[in-house]
Amino acid sequence: MSRYQELKKNLFGGTTSNARQFGMIFTLVAIVLLFQVLTDGLTLTSGNLIAVVSQYSYILILAVGMLMVIVAGHIDLSVGSVAAFTGIVVAKAMQEHDLPWPAAIVFGLLVGAAIGAWQGFWVAYAGVPAFIVTLAGMLLFRGANQYVGNADTVPVPEGFRKIGAGFLPEVGPDTGYNNPTLLLGVAACVAVVWREWRARQVRQQMDADLTPLWVSGIRLAVMLGVVIFATLRFAGGRVGTSLPISGIILAALVIAYSFYTRNAAGGRHIYAVGGNARAAELSGVKLRRVNFLVMTNMGVLAALAGMIFVARSAASGPQDGLSWELDAIAAVFIGGAAVSGGLGTVSGSIVGGLVMALLNNGLQLEGVGSDRVQMIKGLVLLLAAALDVYNNKQGRFSVIGSIMRPFRRDNGSAPPDAASSPSSEADPADKTDKTDKATATG
Amino acid sequence: MNPAKDTSPGEDPRPAAGADRGTGAGPAPVLLEMRSITKTFPGVTALADVNLAVRTGEIHAICGENGAGKSTLMKVLSGVHPHGTYSGEIVYRGEEVAFGDIRASENAGIVIIHQELALVPGMSITENVFLGNEPRRGGAIDWKRARQRVLELMEQVGLKEDPDAFVSDIGVGKQQLVEIAKAFAKDVKLLILDEPTAALNETDSRHLLDLLREFKRQGITSIMISHKLNEIAAVADSITILRDGRTIETLDVQDGGVDEDRIVRGMVGRELSGRFPDHESAIGEVFFEVRDWTVRHPVSAERLVCRNSGFTVRRGEIVGFAGLMGAGRTELAMSLFGRSYGVWEGGHVFKDGKEIQVKTVADAIKHGMAYVSEDRKAIGLNLLDDIKSSVVAAKLSKIVRRGVIDKVRERKVADEYRQSLRIKTPTVDEGVTKLSGGNQQKVVLAKWMFTDPDLLILDEPTRGIDVGAKYEIYGIIQRLADQGKGVIVISSELPELIGLCDRIYTVFEGTITGEVPRGEADPEVLMKQMTSTKKTATP
Repeated sequence: MSRYQELKKNLFGGTTSNARQFGMIFTLVAIVLLFQVLTDGLTLTSGNLIAVVSQYSYILILAVGMLMVIVAGHIDLSVGSVAAFTGIVVAKAMQEHDLPWPAAIVFGLLVGAAIGAWQGFWVAYAGVPAFIVTLAGMLLFRGANQYVGNADTVPVPEGFRKIGAGFLPEVGPDTGYNNPTLLLGVAACVAVVWREWRARQVRQQMDADLTPLWVSGIRLAVMLGVVIFATLRFAGGRVGTSLPISGIILAALVIAYSFYTRNAAGGRHIYAVGGNARAAELSGVKLRRVNFLVMTNMGVLAALAGMIFVARSAASGPQDGLSWELDAIAAVFIGGAAVSGGLGTVSGSIVGGLVMALLNNGLQLEGVGSDRVQMIKGLVLLLAAALDVYNNKQGRFSVIGSIMRPFRRDNGSAPPDAASSPSSEADPADKTDKTDKATATG
Repeated sequence: MNPAKDTSPGEDPRPAAGADRGTGAGPAPVLLEMRSITKTFPGVTALADVNLAVRTGEIHAICGENGAGKSTLMKVLSGVHPHGTYSGEIVYRGEEVAFGDIRASENAGIVIIHQELALVPGMSITENVFLGNEPRRGGAIDWKRARQRVLELMEQVGLKEDPDAFVSDIGVGKQQLVEIAKAFAKDVKLLILDEPTAALNETDSRHLLDLLREFKRQGITSIMISHKLNEIAAVADSITILRDGRTIETLDVQDGGVDEDRIVRGMVGRELSGRFPDHESAIGEVFFEVRDWTVRHPVSAERLVCRNSGFTVRRGEIVGFAGLMGAGRTELAMSLFGRSYGVWEGGHVFKDGKEIQVKTVADAIKHGMAYVSEDRKAIGLNLLDDIKSSVVAAKLSKIVRRGVIDKVRERKVADEYRQSLRIKTPTVDEGVTKLSGGNQQKVVLAKWMFTDPDLLILDEPTRGIDVGAKYEIYGIIQRLADQGKGVIVISSELPELIGLCDRIYTVFEGTITGEVPRGEADPEVLMKQMTSTKKTATP
């Protein structure tokens, strides 16, 4: 193993989930640096970073839910329409029925849950493929949005706009920075250190190979560096701005859902269902319930995304949420999920989403029109998938190849290369089995 | 792979290849010779200096444990691993050949029939036979000629079926014949069959072996890879044994003295003293009973897959279920296990004298039932999983605290099973697909042992795994019985049931037709009861 691989394994094998993600993190960094240079430093300014977060947080929220849908082996094409429908319903409720905005948010989430449950019923209990159910939902709720709103825009009150366009308050001594953001940054640093320490402790308890201390050190330093840099940027913007509220909501969701998918029994059931539904069923996993909950959850998150968008644009309109589903799905696949289900991580999807977001943002800063932006995004998605297939054929890291690899959605353990050591037992020809079969039939 | 290797350092593994290979003294000329084939994958040498000589018109068997290199060797031969990715030479019909892909080898008349059939279920027999090889006239498929030809081919392989029938509607045995017809459509000279009878019942297997003999009379050469040593001993003319990617020896069956034990000795490097570990069952009282169990087929409602079945299991007892394929053994087991198959019509399950309700898999697990499926890849394991999460998958609640999985315990639990069941792997973080069949089966066993079952139903627990691993699995089964658990073993291999079980039920067409205690079980008795109703055996 080359030293580079060793380093890669040590730095990333332990914390992030799979190697595709490793590649994507590098792509992300490369994109940031590229546009940082091309835009003469505009990309990493406080203003731009804040704009990116508030512009894309709702897509990333969708990606979190979509990840679970895709891991379970389904797809949800209706999220954009569901978001738009929830947005109009909530806006109407506040405008015409004077529903106070906090109650409206709860109401919106309930609407999302109801829609998700409706689709979940068809997918899980009626057995209609999710593609069809949500394609129907896409039409149904897009139409419903226009029906309810008379294809018109409906403004939302000031208080409600906070969740989409709000910032943390300016409190405490004048530090030249936004103090609550600084506090969040400090908390994040503590969390990063604690997590690394905890991961080492767990590995020790497991009797697993301990990552060398210097590796932990480098990893910590890099992560702390990123956190501190981000904190100062987000806190150091124009007075009155900070890390956007929507960004905080997103961060909380990412943390909660990463934990759930990795460490909770329910999360593991989702992977089991997507990996082999029949095997999961015969292991006592309640297949229908898992599918139902995954779809319901997607409905809730779509509603949340819709409300954040409405809050940000101060009004709900008939064109809200158009083609969001595609952005969310692209983020999940770029982030390393498998089309057939069973593979993928929340953090990977976020990285995938950020790649798309920063690409978009950078191209816009460069003044590239939305026509060409779309073309480039399409090619990036294709390229990411093609690279994966290519890597698989070469026997290198890949998502499809990582079917063979154990170190996914896990915060510990496997040295990824132990598998290919000569002591390994499996017939090495297994690796090529898939291609063999394809050729055999041909 | 083979644990026996580790335990028999002193024994003589027979001098390696050479003695009787390629002497050219045989009656028929050599059709195929593979010389010094070496194939390496990154980090692993799959084949090291392997030699194989196949004479024209013979049935040549290749034996070896899983991972011995049989499949890799055949992939080298058929061009799946193209020329240039291996070293050594292949001489076929007197010329050195270099196949770049499968098509090249097929054009030369070498056709492989894989263990997993490569048929399209939603196409007819005719369409499948000519898939990729369609007779054409102009730009279109010449269906008239295809039909004539397919009738000839079906006649040749002894397949009696409507050529327009969908492949999904015919049995596995007939599907196998369709595969062979497909090979014949390509003008085959050398037919390679990879585990051809693995999925067939005894009747179909016998038919297939007869067919191989018939081909031999027609001058077609066959290579057969199989784990079923009795079949090899019965049908093969010569046997090449591979072990750890090397040729160990080539046996000439005509010379005599080749029986199953002889082959086993070559494969594992020693003679297995017995195929089964010695075991004295300590049988307790009846604790599990099924009465009048009746289940309808999930699709064709008029078919009953279980008819008023009833049986008992005692503590510490290993109970066998013998039957031909399609007799309803798996259906019985799966319908008992939380009604996972078919439509329940009636029947009762009693445990420790009390009737229990087992309507879902969760109920079954709660009542201490475990079902190890016959198809571990399709429905037994999540192949994306690593070993440790597979082991705990059926009873996550045991390692969950306040909704959160205790990963330290998960790993420790898995590691304990790794040691106690001797799962051969560097770590339990390894993906299950990295394991050989036998070790995968141990993972599945561990998964169900982890649920603390009282009754384990093991459906074909040794299918597709090698001799050494089988022995270990038998040991595990006996240990489970010694712990006072009841074990049900469903198997298509009668010797396995006879060697392992304290009592054997026979099943025929959904009906339990007999019960044979250990002392009285012999293949003839069982076979008679397995085909006992007036109707003749399944078509």
